[in-house]
Amino acid sequence: MIRYVVYWARMVACVLKGGRLYYTWMGSLLVLILLGAWSYSHDVVDGLIRTNMTDEVSWGIGIANFVFCVGLAASALLLIVPAYVYKRHDAKEVVLFGELLAVVAVVLCLLFIITDIGRPERLWHLFPGIGKLNWPSSMLAWDVVVYTGYLIINLHIPGYLLYKQYLRQKPNPYFYLPFVFISMFWAVTHYTVTGFLLSGLGGRPFWASPILAPRFLVSVGCTAPAVLLIILTVVRRHTHFKVQESVFDYLKKVLRFSAPLNLFLLGCELFSQFYSGARTPAAHYLWVGLNGKHGLNPLIWTALALNLATTLVWITPKFRKSHRVVIAAAALTMLGIWLEKGVGLVIPAFIPTPLGEVVEYWPNLGEILVSVGLAALGAFVFTAIAKVTIAIQTGTLAVHGGEDSPRVPAAPGSVPGGDRAPVSFPPGSDRPPASVRTPESEGVA
Amino acid sequence: MSQRPVTCTKTDCTAPSCAPDCAPSAPATGLVQLRRGGGTSRRSILQAAAGGVAAAVAAPACNTPEFEAYFQKHYKKLTDEEKVKVFARLEEKTRQKTGVRVRIGDPPPIEGVHFAYALNLSHCNGNRRCAEACARENNLPDEPEMRYIRVLELDNGSQHLERGTVYYDREKVPAPGKFYLPVQCHQCDNAPCVKACPTGATWKENDGIVVVDYDWCIGCRYCQAACPYHARRFNWVEPKIEPSRINPHQAYLSNRIRQMGVVEKCTFCLQRTRRGMYPACYEVCPTGARKFGDLSDPESEVRQIVENKRVWILKEDLGTEPRFFYFYG
Ligand code: SF4
Ligand code: SF4
Repeated sequence: MIRYVVYWARMVACVLKGGRLYYTWMGSLLVLILLGAWSYSHDVVDGLIRTNMTDEVSWGIGIANFVFCVGLAASALLLIVPAYVYKRHDAKEVVLFGELLAVVAVVLCLLFIITDIGRPERLWHLFPGIGKLNWPSSMLAWDVVVYTGYLIINLHIPGYLLYKQYLRQKPNPYFYLPFVFISMFWAVTHYTVTGFLLSGLGGRPFWASPILAPRFLVSVGCTAPAVLLIILTVVRRHTHFKVQESVFDYLKKVLRFSAPLNLFLLGCELFSQFYSGARTPAAHYLWVGLNGKHGLNPLIWTALALNLATTLVWITPKFRKSHRVVIAAAALTMLGIWLEKGVGLVIPAFIPTPLGEVVEYWPNLGEILVSVGLAALGAFVFTAIAKVTIAIQTGTLAVHGGEDSPRVPAAPGSVPGGDRAPVSFPPGSDRPPASVRTPESEGVA
Repeated sequence: MSQRPVTCTKTDCTAPSCAPDCAPSAPATGLVQLRRGGGTSRRSILQAAAGGVAAAVAAPACNTPEFEAYFQKHYKKLTDEEKVKVFARLEEKTRQKTGVRVRIGDPPPIEGVHFAYALNLSHCNGNRRCAEACARENNLPDEPEMRYIRVLELDNGSQHLERGTVYYDREKVPAPGKFYLPVQCHQCDNAPCVKACPTGATWKENDGIVVVDYDWCIGCRYCQAACPYHARRFNWVEPKIEPSRINPHQAYLSNRIRQMGVVEKCTFCLQRTRRGMYPACYEVCPTGARKFGDLSDPESEVRQIVENKRVWILKEDLGTEPRFFYFYG
């Protein structure tokens, strides 16, 4: 027990220590978080009237971000499959980053919902037993169940493996492998349920498409590798943790398939919405405008342009070779998907209303501050746990001596569940040349 | 044909929840001892929440109205005694906030009665008095304006909803070449909003009316996204009504004063209809376009219409099975 408390204390100490760049990064995030909290506190006191949402467009940027974050949570699945199903060591070395990112993404999902609802203090009404969870009828109740489960599983696996690594003990596969496999199926459920959350509403024809869940899954296959490419580049550039080039190749390969597939499914959707000439007012509003209102047109065409351009990068070998291009393309892929499957998927469903009224929506400063604050909170938490993870995985944070002394000598790079040392820097390591450093990657030190 | 939709069979009912029934003009005093002590303000609840739920739980004053309000059970789990307390607390809260003494009752569904609405589109001329009468009866705020009933002005010969408008000049009705389509909650038998609600805060009662427990709703607005008739309204701000306009004859599940951050909707004026009266929109309509009654009574007007007129329902393809019929006659 004491050992466990000490472990936590040392992790906190590890988070508090860092270089100038690290402090700058964390400090700026903290400022954004506080701004978001300040803005949200007004929503709590004065009501959601402070947002630009209305009875007509009753879900706004908060839910759009929620939907996008669901996609980020796929990062775990993306690394777990190669690591545990195909037993790729390179993927196993970084799998914890995927799982921790999933944790952060799920927490963000929940926070985006909580900050969006009218009575957050009544959340206990959802807890079975003391509250009244309308399960299995309500898709939102399914979401609550699935998210909580996913969060617990994804907290358990890295939590257990890291602690064992800290103790320099070999993890017991029975304690984590079953959960790893459960988490794979759970992840698919997670995206599917979110797809169903929207497509289950018959009154919103824009969502009531049978390919909504598949479209959703495929775009998840774009955001997750894109964000992992960025994160792992930063990790490789600014820490002693070694990420093998083959991991990057794998992520790029995923994008090579998912990005064109995403466009293909979008094309299918557009065909059925527009070719027959049937009335699809929401799609019209989104793509070409309705009743002289065009609010979302620039946004969706930008998204299309971004998705086309980045797909071109992912399928062209020449572009894929340049780190600079890859990082830029990854960032733009995220932006493109955020516009298309976040904002462009949630908001038009409300325009026009089921009774045909066209009321437009655009987030106001308060809403943007809350969203940015939450995103900053996600980045803050992820940076903190990634720092601890790296310290543990590279052996700088470990228990010393005592009865838990490792049977396996403190091999600095032993990977949880793996047997390969990721830390040593072989001469002429495949660290990228300094010339490809990007502003994002400079953030963490 | 029976003119009154139903007869209240419960005038002698002694259930506390039914106590203030059938006496709209009775002075609003007495049957239940009003509890003293402040109403629950959202701010104070949130302060409690901000200090951690633990603080709220461990607070010495576990019987303060704030505490009771925060831990109030779902309507369906409340016993009769608890209901008396809850209603008294809410009445007191309204009195403190607005100075108006109101009576909150809880008329139960009448056995065997299934309410339905029929609307004659040949008669409706779009004057929107129904929407205003509804607002007064149900204590809907004017600033920002909230209305349960939306009347669409559409081109003759078309149901192209996006070409219609709700912002027409009501002084100039009926406009040539136009017809009017009033829409309010259709009390769907297969209600998407009920299915969607994650907390069971909205449900269908035995007489067919879909209600919301405003003290249980978490304000997620999933029901609003689910409703195909744009019938649900959210309280984006603490609702404000001029005290002089408050209707003191209230029911827990319908027109009592609402709160910020929760969803509400038309309840066919259950505070009236369950006591044998007509809904406010029905009574005010000068054209006689509105028909209301008990669908299970073979003699009722609404049943006759549904059986003998060529009625239709809005968005039938969605399978919501509304209790709201349109016809031309
Ligand atoms: S009209 Fe809308 S609010 Fe009314 S019961 Fe049907 S779905 Fe629910
Ligand atoms: S807003 Fe209230 S009534 Fe509507 S789904 Fe959410 S909890 Fe249920």
